Amino acid sequence: MYTLPNKLKVFALVFMVVGAIGIVAGFLSTPKTLEEVEAIMAEANHDGGHATNDHDTAAPEMHQAVAHEASQEMDHSGHQIAQEGHQMVASDHMDQDAHQEHMEHVMQQMQNRPWSALYIASFFFFMIALGALAFYAIQYAAQAGWSPVLFRVMEGVTGYLPVASIGILILLLCSALGINHIFHWMDADLVNPDSPHFDKIIAAKSGYLNIPFFMIRAVIFLLGWNLYRWISRKNSIADDTAEDQSFFKKNFKLSAGFLVFFIVTESIMSWDWIMSFDPHWFSTLFGWYVFAGMMVCAITVIALVTIFLKSQGYLEEVNDSHIHDLAKFMFAFSIFWTYLWFSQFMLIWYANIPEEVTYFITRIEDYKMPFFGMIAMNFVFPLLLLMNSDYKRVNWFVVMAGIVILSGHYLDVFNMVMPATVGDTWMIGVPELSSVCFFFGLFVYVVFNTLTKAPLVPKKNPFIKESKHFHY
Amino acid sequence: MASKVIHAIYNDDDILMNAVKSVRQAHYHIDEVYTPFPVHGLDKAMGLEGTRIAIASFMFGVLGLAVATIMMNFIMIEDWPQDIGGKPSFSYLENMPAFVPIMFEMTVFFAAHLMVITFYMRSKLWPFKKAENPDPRTTDDHFLMAVDAGHHDIDEMMKMLKSTGAIELSLIENEGEH
Repeated sequence: MYTLPNKLKVFALVFMVVGAIGIVAGFLSTPKTLEEVEAIMAEANHDGGHATNDHDTAAPEMHQAVAHEASQEMDHSGHQIAQEGHQMVASDHMDQDAHQEHMEHVMQQMQNRPWSALYIASFFFFMIALGALAFYAIQYAAQAGWSPVLFRVMEGVTGYLPVASIGILILLLCSALGINHIFHWMDADLVNPDSPHFDKIIAAKSGYLNIPFFMIRAVIFLLGWNLYRWISRKNSIADDTAEDQSFFKKNFKLSAGFLVFFIVTESIMSWDWIMSFDPHWFSTLFGWYVFAGMMVCAITVIALVTIFLKSQGYLEEVNDSHIHDLAKFMFAFSIFWTYLWFSQFMLIWYANIPEEVTYFITRIEDYKMPFFGMIAMNFVFPLLLLMNSDYKRVNWFVVMAGIVILSGHYLDVFNMVMPATVGDTWMIGVPELSSVCFFFGLFVYVVFNTLTKAPLVPKKNPFIKESKHFHY
Repeated sequence: MASKVIHAIYNDDDILMNAVKSVRQAHYHIDEVYTPFPVHGLDKAMGLEGTRIAIASFMFGVLGLAVATIMMNFIMIEDWPQDIGGKPSFSYLENMPAFVPIMFEMTVFFAAHLMVITFYMRSKLWPFKKAENPDPRTTDDHFLMAVDAGHHDIDEMMKMLKSTGAIELSLIENEGEH
C-alpha cells in the first residue's frame, strides 16, 4: 500500500493556496468601469506597446487601425457589439459612440480573462483524467499484456475525474447563469430578432446551442464517464480478492461499451465546451483533435506518475520496458496530434474560405508566439527527443519531454479558448499561472490520495504475470 | 589455407539458445548460426553488436526532407513564382503548408527505400546471388551452428557440442575462401 507522504500533501496544498490567492487577485484586478479600461489602455500605450498588438490600444489615433481591425475581426468570435462599433468607425468618421462601443468591447474581453484562465486550467486537468480513463479502457478492451502493472496508476490519475467534473460543471453553470460571458452564444440578445445585436448565424444554431440542452448534454456526459470510472474501479479492486475471472470479464465488456460511448460523447463535448467559444466557426475533425491532445497529456501524466512512484521505491515490478512503452505512446500520440492539427490547419489555410479562415487569422495575428511555439513543443521537441529507442528508457529524458509536452498542450487549450474570449488582450500572467497552480495542486492531491486507497499492483488480473515479466 | 569448421545441428530453438550460451562460455568461436526463422534473443546470446540501420534511416530521411525542400523552393519560389490560385509564392515559408505533404512523403520515401537498399548491400543480397546455405534443412525445421575448430582439440569440441544437445555433428574442411 502507498501512503501519502506529508511532504507531498504540503506541496499540493501550497500550490492550491497560492493558486487560489492568485485567482482571487486576478478577478479583483479586472477593470469594472470604462474609465479603468481607458486608464489601462492609456498606460499600455504610454509604455510603447501592448502585449501583442498596439494598434487597438492607441485610442486617440485609431482611425486607421480600427478600420484594419474591423476587417480582420468581422467574424471573430461573434463579438457583435465590437463589430458594429468598428464598422461605424471604419465608415470614415470617428465618433464618440463608436469609441464607447470599442471600449465596452475591450472591457468585456478584460473581464473574461480570469474566467477563461480558470476554465482553461480546469479543462486541461479534466482532460488528463478523462484521457487516462480512455487509455485505461483501451488497455482492458485490447487485453494488453504489458500494462496491468500500471492499472492502479491509471486509476489514480482517473481518480481526479469526479473532482474535475464538478469543477467543470460549476464553471459551465456560471456561464449558463450569466455570471460570466466566456460563451458568447449564451447572450440572449443574439438570438432575439428584435434586438440590435441579433446574430442570424448564432440564431440558426440555437436548436443545438441553447443553454438547457447544453447543460443536459454536459450532465449526461459527465455522469456516463464517472459511472464507468466508478464501476470499473470497483471491479478492479474486487478482482484482487475474487475467486474467478468474473470481475475481469465484467470490466472487459464494460470498457468496450464505454469506448463506444466515449468516442461519441467526447466528440460532442469538444464541440460544446471548446468549439462553441467560436460559435461562427466549425471544423469536422475538431473532436479528434481534442481527443489526440487529451491522450498525449494523459499518457504523459501516467508516465510521470509511474516514474515518480518508482523513484520513491514503489512499483518494483515496473521496469524500463514499461517506461519505454509509455514513451512510445507519448511519441506516437504527439505525432498523431500534429497530424490532426496540421490537417485542420492546412485544409482551412488552403481553401481560405473567409468564414472558416478567420479562426486561424486571429490566432496567427494575435497569438503568434503561443500558436507556433505550441507546434515546436508538441511536435518538434518530442519528435527529436523520443525518436531514439535508448532515450525512451532514460527516466529523466521522459520526464523532460513530458514536461514540455504538458506545457505545450496547455498552450494548445489556451489557443483554443483565449482568442474567442479575450481576443488580443491576452497575457500569460497572474490569472493564468495561478489557475494552473491551483488545479495542479488539486490534481496532485486527489491523484496521490486515490493511489493510497488500493494496493499499487492488482493481484488477480489474468495478465498481471505477463505484465510483470514484460520485456521489450 | 584450409580451415576446419564443425557444423552442429539442432532441432529446437531453445536448445540452440542454450547451446550458443555454453559454446560461448567454453570460449569457442561461433562462425555463424543458420535458422529457419528469427530466434528472439539469439543476437544477444551470440554477442552481436546492435544494428545501426535506424541511424542510417534517420539520415536518409533528413536527406529526403532536404531534397523536397530544395526542389520545391527552386521550382515554386525561385524559378517561376507564378500566382496559382492566389497562393503566396513570395517565400518558401509563406507557402509552406502546401508543400508539407510532399516534404513528408519524400522523407518517408528516402528513409524507407534507402534503408532497404542499405540493408541489401550490407547483407550482400541481390538477385541471382548464390545461396550460402550449408544444409537445406536449416530453411525448414533445423538449426545449424558453425563453430570454428581453429587449433582446438576436435574430439573434445565434438564431445562438448554433443553435450549441448546437437543431433548431428560434422567436421567440414573449408578450402581457401569462406
